[in-house]
Amino acid sequence: MIEPLFSRGRILLWLGGLAIAIVLPLVFSKGFAVSLLCQMGIMVVFALSYNMLLGQTGLLSFGHAVYYGLGAFVTMHALNMVGKGGFPITLLPLAGGAAGMAAGILLGYVTTKKAGTTFAMISLGIGEMVAACSLMFPGFFGGEGGVSGNRVTGKGLFGISYGSQTEMYYLIAGWAFVCVAAMFALTQTPLGRMANAVRDNPERAEFVGYDPQWVRYLMMVLSGFFAGIAGGLTALNYEIVTAETLNAHTSGVVLLMAFVGGIGFFYGPIIGAILITIMQIAIGGITKAWLFYFGLFFLFMVLYAPGGIASLLTVQRRLWVARLWWPLLPGYLLVLPAALVSLAGIVALVEMGYGLLEQEGTGEHAVHLVGLSIDAASGAAWAGAAALLAAGLLLVRWTWGRLEVKWNAALSALQNPGGAA
Amino acid sequence: MSGVALRLQGVQKSFGKSAIIRGVDLEVPVGERHAIIGPNGAGKSTLFNLISARFPVSTGRIELKGHDVTGLKPFEINRRGLSRSFQITNLFHNLSVFENLRCAVLWSLGYRYSFWHRLAGLRDVRRQAEQVMEELGLAKRRDTPAGILSYAEQRALEIGITIAGGADVILLDEPTAGMSNTETEDAVALIRRVTEGKTLMMVEHDMGVVFGLADRISVLVYGQIIATGTPAEIRANAEVQEAYLGTAHAGDDGDE
Amino acid sequence: MEFFLISLLNGVTYGLLLFMLSSGLTLIFSMMGVLNFAHASFYMLGAYFAYQISTYLGFGAALLVAPLVVGALGAVVERYGLRKAHRFGHVAELLFTFGLAFLVEEIVHLVWGKSSVDYKIPEYFDGTLFTLFSTSFPIYKGFMMLVSVGMLVALYLLLTRTRIGLIIQAALSKPDMVQALGHDVPKIFMLVFGGGTALAGLAGVIGGNAFITEPGMAAAVGSIVFVVVVVGGMGSLAGAFVASLLIGCIQTFSVGITFSVTDLAALFGVRLEDSSAVARLTVTQLAPVLPYLLMVAILIFRPRGLMGARES
Repeated sequence: MIEPLFSRGRILLWLGGLAIAIVLPLVFSKGFAVSLLCQMGIMVVFALSYNMLLGQTGLLSFGHAVYYGLGAFVTMHALNMVGKGGFPITLLPLAGGAAGMAAGILLGYVTTKKAGTTFAMISLGIGEMVAACSLMFPGFFGGEGGVSGNRVTGKGLFGISYGSQTEMYYLIAGWAFVCVAAMFALTQTPLGRMANAVRDNPERAEFVGYDPQWVRYLMMVLSGFFAGIAGGLTALNYEIVTAETLNAHTSGVVLLMAFVGGIGFFYGPIIGAILITIMQIAIGGITKAWLFYFGLFFLFMVLYAPGGIASLLTVQRRLWVARLWWPLLPGYLLVLPAALVSLAGIVALVEMGYGLLEQEGTGEHAVHLVGLSIDAASGAAWAGAAALLAAGLLLVRWTWGRLEVKWNAALSALQNPGGAA
Repeated sequence: MSGVALRLQGVQKSFGKSAIIRGVDLEVPVGERHAIIGPNGAGKSTLFNLISARFPVSTGRIELKGHDVTGLKPFEINRRGLSRSFQITNLFHNLSVFENLRCAVLWSLGYRYSFWHRLAGLRDVRRQAEQVMEELGLAKRRDTPAGILSYAEQRALEIGITIAGGADVILLDEPTAGMSNTETEDAVALIRRVTEGKTLMMVEHDMGVVFGLADRISVLVYGQIIATGTPAEIRANAEVQEAYLGTAHAGDDGDE
Repeated sequence: MEFFLISLLNGVTYGLLLFMLSSGLTLIFSMMGVLNFAHASFYMLGAYFAYQISTYLGFGAALLVAPLVVGALGAVVERYGLRKAHRFGHVAELLFTFGLAFLVEEIVHLVWGKSSVDYKIPEYFDGTLFTLFSTSFPIYKGFMMLVSVGMLVALYLLLTRTRIGLIIQAALSKPDMVQALGHDVPKIFMLVFGGGTALAGLAGVIGGNAFITEPGMAAAVGSIVFVVVVVGGMGSLAGAFVASLLIGCIQTFSVGITFSVTDLAALFGVRLEDSSAVARLTVTQLAPVLPYLLMVAILIFRPRGLMGARES
């Protein structure tokens, strides 16, 4: 059996992805939509670079923004140095990549001495250290205001000046495509495979000739490179870089994206990056409590779907292929509304509570929810919301209890296709 | 190639105040199948851990094929041609059988930390991994994650990872532990096949396996080797009779 | 001399506060293998609860009630959250506590707002305990020391003199064995987690008004506490103690030293003309990164930490 160089399905998948990336801004051509697409492209690269550590090497980092942020700052300074003409803007993210890589070479040497929990703590410490440094060296980091620049530096390559957001989008999409392909290719190399081996069992990796510390270090350096490119793209996209790009919050967001998307699959973080970016904009525009919902959502995923969305999707696909999906549909159709009822209860409670606190002293008590106006001061409203939540949870329990039996049966049928067990 | 594959000189190991290995001298010639036996708690597994550098020695010197390897890291010793298996199965549990074996051959074929080779294009790697997989009888489990294999299959894979890299000094730590009689027979046949022409050192509790497989046997009691010789010599040795066989019946099925 | 003594006192006060946090974190870590990322969030909750309680019932009540509430909350979190995450391994546990820290910060934002709250030192603690040369040492700092040392002694006695303490110590190194002996290890875990978070809550009650009570306090202190645990050695209580005091002192001393490489060079008669930004930085400006630099140095030269036994 010879593994094909490129299977036809895989080629179709990549071409399809490329085609979608090209067509998207034509469909969603509003300025707002194009900015959103730009942000998504950047985050896809950033989240995938993060997953090189967490998913592939088993390194839980709380300080990945360092490489992203340094990449962004260096790119911005490079942009300002390039000035008019000279170096093509198209290739400028490489400066960010080099910076991220250099940071990986320097800082990774310290952090990757350890794995597991200790690595997590050290990555946090290093992240805090760099964030603190950013306030100490205003010359480089620009202090509170950050560093800004102008990406339109005269005539660009082939007359592309990146003046319009759409042109910028294609720059980001091009880089994102190249980076995603490169990161995927990396998973198919000896180093990529040994990273998985070190993740699973560092001790055994040592007894087949590999130094786990060196494997982790190399992965860290390469991951820093891609994070740096993502940072470089941010710098060009927003034309301003502030200290926030390298602080703990940014590190947390990228962790969230990778995990929610699914760290066990290469494409998981892509889903996570796209979804979370949309949620940030969509939910962030509706409610001020959106970060709270994020936290809840994240905890829910950790406790009930640790494989992330990619894992859920993959299971559905395998069930579908094995013709086991249809029998589960009625169960899904029961659980879904029950879950929505619980969600409505939670949202009502949070929004009313938040509304009360925010309007404290103004005499206003009205909370506006999807076209409804609720008096947050009335006991009835609170009781109603609580009842909604309780009923929802009970319904979920009942409907899930019924689905679970079928679900488990389907899963075991998947694992033993012969049906022997 | 002739000469000494493995030489231990005055090897000692203490954990805190308790001395586990109390001065071991041993020579294993190239090509010999050498078994270490001894009662529970004698330090057999510890001795293996010292030779393979899982633990550092307290004092003493270890030579591999004439070179001093004392104080080297496990991966450095592995690169010099010594490979070991574990008493408690130690696999890459999320990776498939094939990937486990592929990981085990990568270094020895010189691909090191390469991120410019495409795994799928490395025919030599695939051929060697598949060959070992055939020998293990795991070909039909090729894409099964190691973590969900049956116990006997995991033990076979454990041996497979150990020998896949082509090391010429092989250490097997209780390769048949916990196996049924048929499984043991299969395992012995497998070990015989895959260690052909290599130096083998093994810890084993099953006396049938030991006396059937080993060219020479060393008896380790309380951290010291009290006798080394051919199976016949060991059988006839009065000291061994007294020190080892006298206590072995107390529990020759457990570990240490 | 004056600067030295006062800084030492302040450093020890701060160090003891850090130890109140790091001891709980270390106990939880060495027993359950879980690094509680949200540990400092419980510290923050302690401060906010104390603020809320003291506005109604006064500081005395807050001192008693807030840590208990925080501890109870911690126990609930362990029982209904962490234990579920435990099935998926340490990474999931770490992620759970990370998510929790995130959530707590957002809750604090929503309930108490984004700026700091006016959690003040009670009036009866206003005033000076003693005056050293010309600098006064406030009563409240003395009170903080008293509470910290009292907690320390109580913790020591609990661990060494009581039955539950002995079981906890045993469970630290051999949880399986303790379970086999018929002790309810999950319940002990819940107790330790609750106890550890109550300690963090107590630290919040007495630290919140001495410093500042704001939504960023958890993140600020949390990363320092992690540094303490790494420097002291993962899972070592004695190491955490030494590292807490060390870092407490480093941070207080460095704030008071306005000295830079340029000054140092000047001392030796070398004038660094047009020296770089790095050489002009004073120790005071460096203060925020010093703990992290210490951590990096420890990792390079003594990877197990000051007193760590456990290589992870």
